[in-house]
Amino acid sequence: MLELENISFSADGKKILKDINLSIDSGKFIAITGPNGSGKSTLAKIIMGIEKPDSGRILFDGEDITDYSIDQRARMGISFGFQQPVRFKGITVHDLLNLSARKKFSINEACEILSTVGLCANSYVDREVNSSLSGGELKRIEIASVITRNSKLTIFDEPEAGIDLWSFNNLIKVFNNMRNKLEGSIIVISHQERILNIADEIILLTDGAI
Amino acid sequence: MEKFVLDKMDSALLKSIADLNDIPTGAFSLRKNGQPVKVNTTPNINILRKQDKPGIDIYVRADTKGETVHIPVVITESGITDVVYNDFYIGKNADVIINAGCGIHNDGCSDTHHNGIHRFFLDEGAKVLYVERHYGEGDGEGKRVLDPVTEVYLGKNAGLEMQSTQIKGVDSTVRTTKGELGDGASFVVTEKIMTHGHQVAETNFDVNLNGLDSSVHVTSRSIATENSVQRFNSRVYGNNKCFGHVECDAIIKDNGKVISTPEITANCVDANLIHEAAIGKIAGEQIIKLMTLGLTESEAEAEIINGFLK
Repeated sequence: MLELENISFSADGKKILKDINLSIDSGKFIAITGPNGSGKSTLAKIIMGIEKPDSGRILFDGEDITDYSIDQRARMGISFGFQQPVRFKGITVHDLLNLSARKKFSINEACEILSTVGLCANSYVDREVNSSLSGGELKRIEIASVITRNSKLTIFDEPEAGIDLWSFNNLIKVFNNMRNKLEGSIIVISHQERILNIADEIILLTDGAI
Repeated sequence: MEKFVLDKMDSALLKSIADLNDIPTGAFSLRKNGQPVKVNTTPNINILRKQDKPGIDIYVRADTKGETVHIPVVITESGITDVVYNDFYIGKNADVIINAGCGIHNDGCSDTHHNGIHRFFLDEGAKVLYVERHYGEGDGEGKRVLDPVTEVYLGKNAGLEMQSTQIKGVDSTVRTTKGELGDGASFVVTEKIMTHGHQVAETNFDVNLNGLDSSVHVTSRSIATENSVQRFNSRVYGNNKCFGHVECDAIIKDNGKVISTPEITANCVDANLIHEAAIGKIAGEQIIKLMTLGLTESEAEAEIINGFLK
């Protein structure tokens, strides 16, 4: 479903990714791990189109998407959960879920989605996605916004970063549910053993190479 | 005066400024092209024309609850300068909504001005939600100018919440708001302004927190696009044990310019005053996040702006 061919990327004169070749099949749960600075997040961003590779090709369902924009890739079925969730003044949790799924959820539907990430829904639906929410709350809302899209390929960049233990336990449940329900593939960038344990494949990235 | 019927343009302007599809029920005063055209009163709310100058006095009886007063102004002729003085006297413990606004349609080449000078006198325990929307449209070269003045005098434990919005089509505005607050009084202001083209918008707040435990919250959200310029000047004086919070957030685009000066003065050692001001373009990460949800860059920007001004 996803193929990376000879992907290289440098920034500030430093080679971050070196000639990466990777193929990911449908229905797989893949964990990408490795030391800090090994290029994991960059690789995730390159798949989503947030960063452009210096060389190499990205194929999605056989189509060359190397030059496609972020939104084109999103519409083809790629989703991305940010390590640092983005804050918005004025956009509510409900708005964000609607934008994610590109439909208007009723309050009950929105609550149902939020409860899957362990949020007591009624008190969150109308909250703004801004700094009044804690890091853990924002992270769970971020994950909910990604899950709602039900994409062919869902990428999470260090979903465990910045969340408390309770949320983390729930996160594992969320991933387990996702892999049971989702027909698509999941790529999780993670250091966490418990996430690595539920993966079908683990890819180790060291110093920009697999 | 009573036979007035709305035409298509009046209806469209009323919809834009007051979300009204027709002349509302309840207390109202509709002003068109510098003249009062229709007034309605209720047993609890009386509206009288001023004898010495253009405008009305609105009297809300003590303990009146749940009523709305609509005082929309529409201007469809080019070259009009309309200054109107409206005074609101709100009785003890009344709790009402006042819906004001001005819509200008100017297709001509002369400037159209509307200055609403509104004064609010709230008795003890009275509460008012004051909603004011300004809107301009028309293809003429004549400018659409609105210079509203709002003066708020709050008695003991009275509260006024003012929501003012200017989203479109006003070429020039100088908005002046003054507040004098008594013991336990609360004044909440939410202002939203979006400017484009060569528009100029200036806001001046002067609030005196005179009473014990009085409070003011001013939130200004503004977007300056193209070559427009906005100035936000806020002066809050803490003259007693009180709380004041001024927050000004602005998004700039293109060559838009925003000058923000939130000034706080503590004249009493127990005054607790805070100001925050932030100006910047739309954060790139916000656009990227929405693009990862499948929105194009321009759709993402529109959603961020809509949310910011919601």
